[in-house]
Amino acid sequence: MSIDSKIVDDFVANGVEFVTTVPCKQLAGVIDEVETRPEIFHIPSNKEDEGMGLCAGAFMGGKRPAIIMQNTAIGVTINTLATLIQYYRMPLPMLISYRGELREPVACQVEMAVHTKALLAQMNIPTYHFHTQADAEELDNILKYTFMCNKPVAILTDANFWGGYGDQ
Amino acid sequence: MIRSEILKDIAPILRDQLVVCNIGLPSQELHMIDDQPTNFYMLGTMGLSSSIGLGLALAQDKTVISIDGDGSVLTNLGTLPTIANNVADNYILLIIDNGSYGSTGDQPTYAGKKTKLEAVAAACGCENVVTCQDVDTGKVLQEAIDSKKMTIIVSKCDSGNIKLPVITMDPVVIRDRFMKAVEA
Ligand SMILES: Cc1ncc(C[n+]2csc(CCOP(=O)(O)OP(=O)(O)O)c2C)c(N)n1
Ligand SMILES: [Mg+2]
Repeated sequence: MSIDSKIVDDFVANGVEFVTTVPCKQLAGVIDEVETRPEIFHIPSNKEDEGMGLCAGAFMGGKRPAIIMQNTAIGVTINTLATLIQYYRMPLPMLISYRGELREPVACQVEMAVHTKALLAQMNIPTYHFHTQADAEELDNILKYTFMCNKPVAILTDANFWGGYGDQ
Repeated sequence: MIRSEILKDIAPILRDQLVVCNIGLPSQELHMIDDQPTNFYMLGTMGLSSSIGLGLALAQDKTVISIDGDGSVLTNLGTLPTIANNVADNYILLIIDNGSYGSTGDQPTYAGKKTKLEAVAAACGCENVVTCQDVDTGKVLQEAIDSKKMTIIVSKCDSGNIKLPVITMDPVVIRDRFMKAVEA
């Protein structure tokens, strides 16, 4: 089974029915997979804070949400995480491509990578880092944990996890 | 009319609907005029009223009205294409366009200058965009509810604010009571 379908299987098994995405090259496969699943309403958003607003609404409407985004988006979602998701105590699994880590070919991506974990820690956001595909075994438990505690939870998935960037 | 007068006017219509209300004075005014469990008051997060309302409308069947402001729509303009391309016929976006950032002291917005939010919404692909004057907001809103078609209303009104207290209700209480009303 591909890692993309394993991830989306775990979403579906945990009742996630509403997924918003902003693409990253590394997330292309998982986004395609979300799109194929009849159990999931996939709504692309134009900016990740907008996406979190959609997720907040869906949660209040009785649907379990998730957001799929790049780590650079931490920079545009701090206010929304603090004043909406955390302040009103809502669950939000965030599947995040962790750009700028080992095997990254684009130097600029490192500039947000060095802030990513520090920002998440500053926000008291539980953070998991998938470095090898075996790490994804924990995803099911992470999703259960997220909906148990009604918090945003970050799942950082680095280039090694996704199998690098090919021959770049 | 100013925003608080519109809200007073339409309160009897809002009463029976799920309402997501914009940060700052709009929420404080609605809270003072007619506090209801069916009101979700935003205490922060400028710009996301339309997004929260759309997510809610897509997730369940009851009618949802997002009350938004011109300044807040401008800060989250990406919301309009998302709305246009994900039609929820139980969703109404009511933009109270006073041409200013009212809650922060009526600094002018670009919507009060050359930019027409109704034209932006239409250009983004929104199909039912209605522009009205403040006094007609109630009539237009009721028609939008009855039409059962996703509608964007841009209600043009004057800048101006009344003095009123902040909302002290705990956000988790607001959210919990709102979710119970959604489910009821
Ligand atoms: C990110 C951010 N920037 C600025 C503010 C300050 N702020 C709160 S409400 C508001 C004005 C909103 O204007 P509008 O949406 O037109 O609503 P009005 O008060 O005019 O009804 C501003 C600028 C904020 N809360 N958050
Ligand atoms: Mg305004």
